[in-house]
Amino acid sequence: MLSGCNSALLDPKGSIGVQEKELIITALLLMLIVVIPVILMTIYFAYRYRESNTGEEYAPEWAHSTKIEVVVWTIPIIIIAILATITWRSTHELEPSKPIASDVKPITIEVVSLDWKWLFIYPEENIATVNYVAFPKDVPVQFKLTSDNIMNAFFIPRLGTQIYAMPGMVTKLNLIANHTGDYKGFASNYSGKGFSQMKFTAAAMEDRTAFLNWVQQVKASPDRIEDWEQFRALASPTVAEPVKMFSSIPPFLFTDVVTQHPGSMNCLPENLG
Amino acid sequence: MFGRLTLESIPYHEPIIVVTLAVIAIVGLAVVAAITKAGKWQYLWNEWFTSVDHKKLGFMYIAVAMVMLIRGFADAVMMRSQQLLSAAGESGYLPPHHYDQIFTAHGVIMIFFVAMPLVIGLMNIIVPLQIGARDVAFPYLNNLSFWLFVVGVILTNMSLGLGEFGRTGWLAYPPLSGIEASPGVGVDYWIWALQISGVGTTLTGVNFFATILRMRTPSMPMMKMPVFTWASLCANILIIISFPILTVTIALLTLDRYIGTHFFTNDLGGNVMMYVNLIWAWGHPEVYILILPIFGVFSEVTATFSRKKLFGYTSLVWATIVITILAFVVWLHHFFTMGSGANVNAFFGIATMIISIPTGVKIFNWLFTMYKGRIRFTTPMMWTVGFLITFSVGGMTGVLMAVPGADFVLHNSVFLIAHFHNVIIGGVVFGCFAAITYWFPKATGFTMNETWGKRAFICWIVGFLMAFLPLYALGFMGMTRRLSQDLNPEYFPLLAVAAAGTAVIALGVACQFIQIYVSVRDREQNRDLTGDPWGGRTFEWATSSPPPFYNFAHLPKGDVLDGFWYQKQSGEFDPTKEVEYERIHMPKNTPTGIYVSAWALVFGFAMIWYIWWLAAASFVGIIVTCIQHSYNDDVDYYVEVEEIKAIEAERRAQLEEAKKNEVKDNEKKDDLEVTYAN
Repeated sequence: MLSGCNSALLDPKGSIGVQEKELIITALLLMLIVVIPVILMTIYFAYRYRESNTGEEYAPEWAHSTKIEVVVWTIPIIIIAILATITWRSTHELEPSKPIASDVKPITIEVVSLDWKWLFIYPEENIATVNYVAFPKDVPVQFKLTSDNIMNAFFIPRLGTQIYAMPGMVTKLNLIANHTGDYKGFASNYSGKGFSQMKFTAAAMEDRTAFLNWVQQVKASPDRIEDWEQFRALASPTVAEPVKMFSSIPPFLFTDVVTQHPGSMNCLPENLG
Repeated sequence: MFGRLTLESIPYHEPIIVVTLAVIAIVGLAVVAAITKAGKWQYLWNEWFTSVDHKKLGFMYIAVAMVMLIRGFADAVMMRSQQLLSAAGESGYLPPHHYDQIFTAHGVIMIFFVAMPLVIGLMNIIVPLQIGARDVAFPYLNNLSFWLFVVGVILTNMSLGLGEFGRTGWLAYPPLSGIEASPGVGVDYWIWALQISGVGTTLTGVNFFATILRMRTPSMPMMKMPVFTWASLCANILIIISFPILTVTIALLTLDRYIGTHFFTNDLGGNVMMYVNLIWAWGHPEVYILILPIFGVFSEVTATFSRKKLFGYTSLVWATIVITILAFVVWLHHFFTMGSGANVNAFFGIATMIISIPTGVKIFNWLFTMYKGRIRFTTPMMWTVGFLITFSVGGMTGVLMAVPGADFVLHNSVFLIAHFHNVIIGGVVFGCFAAITYWFPKATGFTMNETWGKRAFICWIVGFLMAFLPLYALGFMGMTRRLSQDLNPEYFPLLAVAAAGTAVIALGVACQFIQIYVSVRDREQNRDLTGDPWGGRTFEWATSSPPPFYNFAHLPKGDVLDGFWYQKQSGEFDPTKEVEYERIHMPKNTPTGIYVSAWALVFGFAMIWYIWWLAAASFVGIIVTCIQHSYNDDVDYYVEVEEIKAIEAERRAQLEEAKKNEVKDNEKKDDLEVTYAN
């Protein structure tokens, strides 16, 4: 069941996800070195030293063995030392805000968590979408995330790392897709009534041309966000919102969302991403 | 006059709730009627409700916890079935408004009103007995702690029929729990239920810390304390340090909600990250508050039923102390996905894995206690073996999630749900069941039925594996937690297995209630006349079952580890011998704990519903009652030698009877052998 292709984390479609899958498998194997013997020893000791097995040695006073103590402290310490090294390296390697090394220029997408839908802003293309995000495959994507109001989390399992979207703050997430496809994305931090249906599609397109064609399609959309009032109307709570395309948006919409909370201590320039 | 409270606050238009309320009302009335008919109110009030006897308070903690376990489990069944229906393409019977309250209540109830009272109840019954004390350091506070906990239980259950419970998840992260996103009474129920019972828990921590440090039998040094007592000491240190953090965090949230401050709001300097950090600075030690005493239970059970000294006492104690300290430097692993940066994440990840080293050592200690033992597979021992296997798996998945890179995809998924149920059910719950069966004869005077206990164990472990292993797989499929609508149909098969697992666990719970019924029914056959039914090693087995209210006529001598075991072997321990007694100093029962808690209940209720005059009046009530109590000098008395003599004579008569029974049993055995031989 696990190896099936419907297991998103074990069949990742981007390099971040692949690294995370390998990390999970390595860590699990490493720990199984201790866990499997422990389980087997439990069963074996429980069976061998059962009361009815009177032929077995019984040492009621035996309660200390320096040899065993050394082994049971040392082996876990060694394994955790290896795991800690892997952790230190992988944590720096997989740090969500770290740009993905690539010859290709990354694209930036700004993400706003609304009640209960996702708004994706393409600052360079000056377009926005709801519950649908597209980008070309093999091009690093830099997501900048915030929330309009309620804390949330942004997750596309097939691509890897999730990250919180928090009001008045900007988090950064770098992902890449290495295969074309429509991947499921959703909110992964409970945020109220419409949380279950706060889903979106992440489309990894064949190449930049396909992506630009799609941008042109969006630009042809009659819908647009013209000002803050229209944004507020969009932001009012809805459940299971259908996909929407906006051919234009006001400049600095994302910054306006981040800085909308008066007196927020987070409105310092360095926090604006 | 009544603040926000109107007739509309009663959810009479929701059939599920109305039926639940009706059932609760009928059962409640039946219980009240039965007590009235039996004329037991006076007895309950004098002997139980106002009692400062740690054994009785412990018993009441566990009784309330078992009732709340049913409520929390019912919530679990509803969640499993709703998710199953949703994955099948139905809209199900629980809209988000209802479902979100259920998962919030499930978490709150299972942690605060099931696991905590089970653990605190066990500490109450056993710790004073193990250290050879006659009561806890502050008997009245102990009674007050219990009743404050009951106030939390009442407020949580009241939300079912009056208003609503929180729809925020069990830790009520702002801004969702703020007044703008959650204007209703739900979060306020959460706040006051936890705040009031939390004060009780803090008092318990102080009480047991002082008890273990100052009330040990004079001959017992720290390094000769039983492991359960050591583990309880560490858990109480954790309570003393961490619960004030919870109190302050909730108080700040309360200020945000009630008077418009901005600690955790989005604007004017508020910061939600502060809340998340603070709540987990309490929340992580909290899981060790639950598991450490349970590690102590497994140590006692393994040594007793392997009939062997505990392997590596010193390293086990140090492992416990190390875990206690490390418990405070790992809280950030609950939110690696907040974007704290690689150095911070890696630090907290590695700190977390380091905890698995002392924990692993403990597991090896139990294994090597079994090694070269004579293991008797009673129910407590079966729970222990079940624990060793399931907890190893749960520990492994926990360390996996301590790797930030792995947590980035597993965070908030049902893999996480599987992990913590794996350690809480496989650890805390199995441990509590082991402890209850193990110490049941001590508390009641008769052993529990083994057949039904073993049936319960088998159902629980099978049901547990069926219910939670699929969730690990679903986590890998990307299923996140707390979903109720429009679930991915691909999840259906595994959710079906999980739901079936819940049904098997339900059978286990049913077996346990049958076990209690059968045990009480057959109590005459299963009486524990010796006070030491398992061949115990620690001092709780040195006194009768149930112990006299003063626990020990003479304080035991505790200068060696497993002192009771060796005193039995050397013949030094001989309860049949008649000895001289001295009068014993004991605390008097007091109703003050109930009065203070009753005022606290009214206060909590008034605050929830914005009934300000009542809140003010009841707050004054709390203060005045406390001041009044401080003028009460009539808090103790002496048990006279005559009374002790009578009680101890009864104990000797029991021991005589036990000896006769033993002889009879041996004859029977001999007869059987003769029959077989023929």
